[in-house]
Amino acid sequence: MFDERSPIYLQIAEQIKNDIVSGALAEDEQVMSTNQYAAFYRINPATAAKGFAQLVDEGVLYKKRGIGMFVSPNARDLLRTGRRDSFFADVVDPMIREAMAIGVPLRDVLQHIRKYGDS
Amino acid sequence: MADTALSVHTDNLSVRFAGAPALDRLDLRLAPGKIHGLLGRNGSGKSTLAAVLAGFRQPDEGQVLIEGAGLGTPMAPYENAVVTSRICLIRESGDVADSLQVRHALALAASLRPYWNADLAGELLDRFEVPTNKRMQKLSRGKKSALGAVLGLASRAPLTIFDETYLGMDVPSRRAFYDALLADYAEVPRTIVLSTHLVNEVSTLLEDVVILDNGRLVTQSPVDSLRGRGAAVVGPAKVVDEFTAGFTVLAEEKLGGTKSITVLGDFDPTLLAQAASAGLEVGPVGLQELFVHLTAPTPKGTRS
Repeated sequence: MFDERSPIYLQIAEQIKNDIVSGALAEDEQVMSTNQYAAFYRINPATAAKGFAQLVDEGVLYKKRGIGMFVSPNARDLLRTGRRDSFFADVVDPMIREAMAIGVPLRDVLQHIRKYGDS
Repeated sequence: MADTALSVHTDNLSVRFAGAPALDRLDLRLAPGKIHGLLGRNGSGKSTLAAVLAGFRQPDEGQVLIEGAGLGTPMAPYENAVVTSRICLIRESGDVADSLQVRHALALAASLRPYWNADLAGELLDRFEVPTNKRMQKLSRGKKSALGAVLGLASRAPLTIFDETYLGMDVPSRRAFYDALLADYAEVPRTIVLSTHLVNEVSTLLEDVVILDNGRLVTQSPVDSLRGRGAAVVGPAKVVDEFTAGFTVLAEEKLGGTKSITVLGDFDPTLLAQAASAGLEVGPVGLQELFVHLTAPTPKGTRS
């Protein structure tokens, strides 16, 4: 579930963000409580709380006092915009480096991409 | 946090067995209401530390102080019933007389433990399928361990220490123990110490860790800041050596002209970029691996 390589609270935050981007978690939908989350994933409740707090700071989740945490109404847009900004650096550049390293001409890569049309 | 959770604080704590130090000048702080991991190899002093914290034995030097609501001033646990009634240490050996029936051991715990929860005990006995009409000596190792887990959890002691209690349990029972621990901790937060060398199994349960080696404190830190504190740098030997100069080296390996050096240190983005442009790969080091390196019998390379 979690790997040992980065703080678990960051992995929790990342997972919830992925669920929001994919639509698995809808906007204004309630997320699990930290204790439910901790029990489900067998992690320390403080760790879960730290991951949630980070998402509240980032504006991805909001708190309703006494009820729980909810997905912010603009969370999906916020996250998609953020990922669009880093898309070329995080996804395209490594692909181009790999293509050059193994000798795939960029012209072939472009041709492949065009098959998906201009949408 | 429950107002009853206890904090622990040791100064210069030392214990010697026949002159040899089992615990060597430990200065520890265990914050109240957290789940602490006490990690170390066999013989590192975990059990001795657990016994001293629970007041089972006296330090030879230095002191242990337990502090929390209901205690007034910080107190040493040794021969102090006010403190020890709030502390529950469960050891692998069980500490229950062999001739005693399980239900009598439970009744004894119920009478001695001020925060004892009989409902929880009953529920856990069912879950771990511990027979209550048998004598302790007739229980399998796994059931003895499970009974230890039940006694420890149902005690709801403001400071509960599990000293490798669960080692006798099989994997499904250990999982059930971790689940029960988290569930009850969520309900009644208290200070819990899990002493173990099964780092991978418990690492996600922990908030803070103490690592002991040869009776000495190697590190005490929130688990999140330990994760990712180490880095494995791999590349051409000469470049790796230059890049890691100045870092604390935990381990190094060489294969032909390629070298891998595991170092302690935070690699910020600038440093990572430098490494990448020097043709080096920087990989993360997990908690278990870090633990192994920090407590290795003969650390390679230099330690600072």
